[in-house]
Amino acid sequence: MAFNVNKIREDFPILKRKVNGYPLVYFDNAATSQKPKKVIDSIVDYYENYNSNIHRGVHSISQEATDAYEDARKKIQKHFNVKESKEIILTSGTTHSINLVANGFTKLLNKDDEILISELEHHSNIVPWQMMCEKNGAKIKVIPLTSKGELNYDSFLNLLSKKTKLVFVNHVSNALGTINPIKSIISKAHEFGAAVLIDGAQASSHIKADLQELNVDFYTTSAHKLCGPTGIGMLFGKKEWLNKIPPYQGGGEMISEVTFEKTTYADLPHKFEAGTPNIVGAIGFGMALDYLNNIGFDNIESYELELLNYATNKLKEITGFKIYGEAKNKTSVISFNVGELHSYDIGTILDKFGIAVRTGQHCAQPVMDYFGISGTVRASFSFYNTKEEIDYFCKSLERAVAMLS
Amino acid sequence: MGIIEVQNEIVEEFSLFEDWMQRYEYMIELGKSIELIDPSNKIDSNLIKGCQSKLWLHAELKKDKLIFKADSEAIITKGIAAVLLRVFSNQTPKNIIEAKLEFIDKIGLKEHLSPTRANGLLSMIKQIKYYALAFNKN
Repeated sequence: MAFNVNKIREDFPILKRKVNGYPLVYFDNAATSQKPKKVIDSIVDYYENYNSNIHRGVHSISQEATDAYEDARKKIQKHFNVKESKEIILTSGTTHSINLVANGFTKLLNKDDEILISELEHHSNIVPWQMMCEKNGAKIKVIPLTSKGELNYDSFLNLLSKKTKLVFVNHVSNALGTINPIKSIISKAHEFGAAVLIDGAQASSHIKADLQELNVDFYTTSAHKLCGPTGIGMLFGKKEWLNKIPPYQGGGEMISEVTFEKTTYADLPHKFEAGTPNIVGAIGFGMALDYLNNIGFDNIESYELELLNYATNKLKEITGFKIYGEAKNKTSVISFNVGELHSYDIGTILDKFGIAVRTGQHCAQPVMDYFGISGTVRASFSFYNTKEEIDYFCKSLERAVAMLS
Repeated sequence: MGIIEVQNEIVEEFSLFEDWMQRYEYMIELGKSIELIDPSNKIDSNLIKGCQSKLWLHAELKKDKLIFKADSEAIITKGIAAVLLRVFSNQTPKNIIEAKLEFIDKIGLKEHLSPTRANGLLSMIKQIKYYALAFNKN
């Protein structure tokens, strides 16, 4: 299918709106993506036509809802090339997924064990592990950054030892856009018998990950980053691991038999899906994947790379412009500052021009500490942004800098 | 000058501006001439929480009036702080406690009053009032 950005923009109702009298220029896609009408309609359709609780009901619309929910799981399985659908756990998002795994490893690790976390991580892939280590005494070692915003691969190799049990790296850095070499990280970690969890939240809207090819142990993502609704995400885990770790939340759905003397748990995936799930969220998630695959990830990747290069070159012409994160392989994220100006000031003025960017630490304080800065302005593009929007952004940025200087 | 008079003065100044750009430019100017906090008081205990940029506020009682000084890493935050200091600094604790805040809406900065905004404006007003309460007891 030929890629036509103007036609694609028509699928997104929100792109028609104005902010402060100016057309909305939405460059905060790394925080959350906008939703196409197809996804929005699928949510309304569910509530209008077949809303029902799933799995246990014997009546018709309960069956329809159950089928739709489990179809969504299969869509996710197919998208990520996962062997069995029971290895896809539907969660409320990446943060929930990581906490689930961290909880699972609490009793499996002890003070003689080490876990490696990259310096690039979002707090959701740091804090749950710190909480786990407080309980079981395992030690955290940090894979350091380089000045280009890439992981120091040699340091990673030096940190690996027979004490290493887990390695955590994000597929793509939300703060800098760096694409990490996860295939070789996974393979090296496996040589030492360590399992790897990859946080794919930032990556999934840009890159279609083949989880069998990566041979990864755990992979997480959130639907709202890839044109799906909020409150739903997925955790992929190899079934050997998911069978090993205990449930995270107890309740209905995740049980086999319940008595006050003893309760036994359900099989995968339901063991990790306690309570009524976000049924409509799962359906929206599946619809979002359909939408993106229809456009084609090759098209998405190459267009976004065009936007990234176009914007980076234009921004470099602005006096005082400093970019953070110049990895060889990046997604369409530009984290920057201008001179000594605080990112908050720039973001506030840009907002007045209708431009949405994110400012601050992006839930990645270690990254900010590495560069010795209090925060950055982050512009993150998606396949529905245009070069014209980038032109307008650059002009507005110049005006903001002039006002603030 | 009483707090109400200062507020009215500020509202009048801002009413001369036709659009947000002029208002913000003026606020940036105000920020440049703020009563700057002494560097020795730029300590963590003087930081206003809830700010994306660092914002320090120092209070001192001189005779019966509270004198406030502030500074921030971000220019706009400094400007907002400057407006607040014009209203609340050099006033008695009692007047500060009783002061109303409609002027913020009247000068077109209501958006900064939302608690989700990362500039600590609400937190700063709260802190000013806390200081006033504390010094009023004494």
